[in-house]
Parts: sequence; C-alpha cells; structure tokens
Amino acid sequence: MRRLRVVIAKPGLDGHDRGAKVIARALRDAGMEVIYTGLRQTPEQIVTAALQEDADVIGLSILSGAHNHIAPRLMELLKEKGLDDVLVVIGGIIPDVDVPKLKAIGVKGIFLPGTPMQHIIDFINANTRARV
Amino acid sequence: MITVKTAAETEKRRWERETLEPAVVKGGERASTFTTISGRPIERLYSAEDLAGIDPARDIAEPGVFPYTRGIHQTGYRGRLWTMRQFAGFGTPEETNARYKALLGAGGTGLSVAFDLPTLMGRDPDHPLSLGEVGKCGVNITSLADMETLFEGISLGEITTSMTINSPAAIIFAMYLVVAEQQGAAWQTLSGTIQNDILKEFIAQKEYIFPPRPSMRLITDVFAFCAKTVPRWNTISVSGYHIREAGATALQELAFTLRDGIEYVQWGVDAGLDVDDFVPRISFFFNAHSDFFEEIAKYRAARKMWAIAMRDRFGARSERSWKLRFHSQTAGVSLTAQQPYNNVVRTALQALSAVLGGTNSLHANSLDEALALPTEEAATLALRTQQVIAHETGVTNVVDPLGGSYFVEKLTSDMEQGALAYFEQIDRMGGMVEAIERGFPQKEIAESSYRFQQAVERKEKVIVGVNDFIQADDPPIAILYIDETAAERQLEKLDRLRQTRDQSRVTATLDRLRAAAATPENLMPPILDAVRAYATLGEMCDALRDAWGEYEEVPII
Repeated sequence: MRRLRVVIAKPGLDGHDRGAKVIARALRDAGMEVIYTGLRQTPEQIVTAALQEDADVIGLSILSGAHNHIAPRLMELLKEKGLDDVLVVIGGIIPDVDVPKLKAIGVKGIFLPGTPMQHIIDFINANTRARV
Repeated sequence: MITVKTAAETEKRRWERETLEPAVVKGGERASTFTTISGRPIERLYSAEDLAGIDPARDIAEPGVFPYTRGIHQTGYRGRLWTMRQFAGFGTPEETNARYKALLGAGGTGLSVAFDLPTLMGRDPDHPLSLGEVGKCGVNITSLADMETLFEGISLGEITTSMTINSPAAIIFAMYLVVAEQQGAAWQTLSGTIQNDILKEFIAQKEYIFPPRPSMRLITDVFAFCAKTVPRWNTISVSGYHIREAGATALQELAFTLRDGIEYVQWGVDAGLDVDDFVPRISFFFNAHSDFFEEIAKYRAARKMWAIAMRDRFGARSERSWKLRFHSQTAGVSLTAQQPYNNVVRTALQALSAVLGGTNSLHANSLDEALALPTEEAATLALRTQQVIAHETGVTNVVDPLGGSYFVEKLTSDMEQGALAYFEQIDRMGGMVEAIERGFPQKEIAESSYRFQQAVERKEKVIVGVNDFIQADDPPIAILYIDETAAERQLEKLDRLRQTRDQSRVTATLDRLRAAAATPENLMPPILDAVRAYATLGEMCDALRDAWGEYEEVPII
C-alpha cells in the first residue's frame, strides 16, 4: 500500500505558520508523504496542488477568521475537479458557531487549539483509504 | 552586593554530602532532570560559587548605571510605573475608536493599534486576497480618512500611541503624522512607537511585502526622517515577541532580537547616520512567557548586552544609546482554549515576571484570546491585572528585587553567554540579513517549536487543562464575533473615497513615489504627499511593489 499523501496549506493573508509546520512534521514522522504549500495560497492554488500531488488529504491551517470564505470556495473547486473523495481537515481558531457550518459543506475534521497531534494522525488514518 | 568566597564551595559540597544526599536517597525527586520551558536544565540549588566569574560592579552594577542589568532607571518603578498599554483594534475605525475611548476612560495610559491583515499586507479591502480578512484580526485602515476616524476625539499631542505595523510602517506612520498636523499637534512633540521591524517578519511573523534589502532601506529612511523631524518618536520596536510565539526558546528570542537590533544599527550607520542620532529612539519588544525566572533573566541580560554592544561595537557615546527600553506582552501562545479562565492566572504571573524584569511598558493578554479577539470585559480584566500588580503586590516599591539572587544572576549570565554564541554564528554568516536568506533563524525556531510540541505530547511539559487536569464539561464563554458588515462598510467608504478625491493628484503623487523608490532619496516626503492626496495604502504599496517586487520565502519545516 502506498503512503498517504497530505497537502498542508496556509490560505489567506496570515503568516502564523507554527501550527502548519508542526503538523506537517508530525504527519511526516507518522509515515505520511507531506507537501507543504507555504504561505498565502488561494483556494485555486491549493486545489491545483492537491491535483498535481494526487493528494488523499488536504489540511488547512486558518487562524485569522477567514475560514467562512475560504472553506466553501475550496470545497466547491474540489467538487468541480472531481476531487470530492479528498479528505479535508482544518486546524486553527474556529469559533464554535462555525463548526456545524463547516461540517455541513464537507469538512470532515476540525481541530481546535490544544488538540494532540496523535489525535489528528489517528483521525486521518481512520478516515482515508489510500488509493492504489 | 554578592561577594564570592572560596569557602562557599566547600559549604555547598558539604551540604550536598551531609544534608542533601540522605534526603534524595530516602525520598527521591519528582524527575531525574528539571528544565525550563525552553528545555534548559536547572540545577537543584544555586549558591555563591555559581557566581564565580561574575564581577558585580562590572556585570550587574546599580540601577541606572552601565550596563543597566538592574534597570535603566535609578528609581525603578518608584519614580514612574510602566505604561499600561493594551493592544486593541478590530472591525472598522469607528468601532475601534470607541474601544480606545473606553480603554483610556478605564485608566489605560497609552494606545496600541492592532491592524487587520489587509492593512499589514498593504492590500485594499477590494483586493481578492483581502476576502474574508477585513477587520478580522485588527482594525482596517485603507486611507488617511480611516486614520482621521480612528483618532477622532483623541488628542495625539497628549497621548502616546504604539502601532503594530511593519512592511507598510512608513505609510501608516505618515498617516498618523498628517492626522496630528490636522489636530494642530507639532511633530516635534509627538511621542509613540511604530513596530517597523521587518527582520522578525522574515524570521517569524511572515507579514512581509518587499524583499529584505529595499525593506531595510525603508526603515533607515524612517530613522533619518525622525531624527530631524519627529525626534521623540520610537522609530522601531525590535521584536522578540513574534520570534518566541513562532516557537523559539527564551535564549533564541534574546539572541535573534538583539542581533536584529545590531543589524538595524549597522544599516543606519552604513546609510551615513551618526549612532547617537538614531539609536536612542530604538526600542524593543519582548515576550513574557511562562517560565518565571528564565524570563526575568532574559530581560536583565538583554539590557546588559545592548549597552555593551552599543558602546563597544558601535562606539556610541550617549548614555541614551546604551539604555535598552522595552515593551512586553504576555505570551499569546501560552493561552489555552480549554478552561479559559486559567488564562487569567497565567497572564498575571507572566505580567509579574515582566515587571520584575523591569519592563517599561506592558500588555497583558485577555482570557479569551485563544478563541477570538477579546471582548471589552476581557480586555478590561487584563488591564485590571496590571493595576493589581502595580498597586497591590508591593513589588514596585523596590528596584530590581531579584538582583543578587544566586539563581537569577547565574541565569542572566548564562543567557548572555548563550546569546553571544549565536551572535558569533550570525556574524560569521555576514549578518542577520544573510542569515535570514540562508534560513538559519527560521530553521532554529522550527526545530525548537517541534521539540516543545513533542514534550507536550509526552507530558514532559504539563499544560493545565490541556494535557493534564482535563475537565470533560468545559462551559463555553462569550466571545467577540466579528461579522462581515465591517468589510461591507470599508468597501463602501473606499468606493466613495475613489469618487470624491482629486484623482489627478493621487496619480501624480503615486508616480512620484514610484520614481523615488528607484533612487536613494528619503521616501518619507513622497509618502506624505501621497497620504495627503488620499491615495490608499494598497495603491502606495503597489507603487513600491512596481519598483521593488515582492518577497516569497522558501518554506522550512
């Protein structure tokens, strides 16, 4: 079985990349293939990266409050490109009231501050089937 | 003062053999090693022998005396308390103006402006990358008109204002100057701070626009302009805060921040400025993190190292150039979303460490900041925390109460030695700009941050409410929710501005700014002209982007 391929992306204008980098490294140490896009990626760029990298998972790091704009656009683009089987997860600062809205559009995992890395690793393993 | 006796060594060894060993054998200790939050090992006990090599007169001295380890003021806080400066900003300039009036009414003694991401990145609200970001992390400022609203009814001649702005700092500062002028306040008397520290943006916070070299030139232009025109303004706040938040250890924060400071001084000197003309207006900004004594040692070492670097490395003759003045803020990264009321306690202890370290100005975080920008109630409680420390604990009655503590003096000295070793490494690379271009500080920080996360996962470091003492039913608290109307209102105002301003004047001033950017002339005058013409922040930054291009980093994990 091939290793899970994960695109970690930092959308929006924010530069706080500590969380994105730590989780990228933790997933890599857990045996996944991790591609980190770097800062200030538009939803279009992230979907292109996922397509090119044949990603199983997209992990977004958002702390700025822009998730209600970025996530719907990303989910829409994934559908257009036929990538709706890619697991999408978000880590960052997401107010409680927004969690159900994000889940409703297909974001499977939402990880708030203080989530253990092992929890995220287990969640990804449990919710993906590596494509052959 | 401490005197080091050789007899003390024997005393300590005898104590270890006769008194300590039986106790350790019998009861053991909670762990085999004890470390600070930065991973630095800590001995069981410090005594006079640990101070061998420290010369009290040379290395510690009295308050107000070189190298200022014990503080820059002879009277400590007996003369004047630190400035209680609470960082605030959200939504539109109208909303933030109301919050400022509330903070000043509650006894705050200075303002501190938080800008939103489009403002920090030099983008107007109608730029595609601003989508969803307007007014979210701070106040949105698009043009001089917004700056006029932000300070409406607040007399800039009477308060001091700190503005957390970096890549477009020269432009935002120019807007502030024009508002002051409109209010009739003389620039010669204005006082406040712009962060204006681009190196830590490349290292940690990542809100950069232009490449390093033209960015550094903008900063030296501000140094030169202010030395003549706004002499009481702090032209830069060299910041370790963000370096620490990104995952650096206390030592790395100290070393990279001071080395950044040295880099700015070097660039100022290379631009033809006299050290004593601009160094006195350089200020610093440190993190107040959770490891109490390590933080205090960090501040004390910083003062000492700066004094020595300015006098010996740059030949500064003015005492004002030697004295390191700093603002501090409690550690945002230490706040937890779980059991948020615990954050009040964390913040109080962190703030106390900054006070015991001699901070000149302080921001205490609000309990809800792991979840959102603070509510007014939470921000007021944070200010009250500072007031309790200042007026109830008694720690302000005495100057540098921890001076002479074996432990604190030893830690201070070790911090200095460790930071000097980093200086050597960075000097060998050719300086901080070169070190950044090689990704050196970025790599060091990424490594420390990952190591800390692993320590938390393994519970080697306990975070109350997160990896221990967990509470299943954690009741939610009320948070500030920023809706989308701020963006709509800013977009409407921008639309109206574009229709009502003198467009030919805007174009002419922008063309002039673009042309000046390609020459060595000081950019403050052309920026001021464009500001007065109500050119937008995005338009002015675009003119500079045309001249200099944009910076893109190679990410380091």
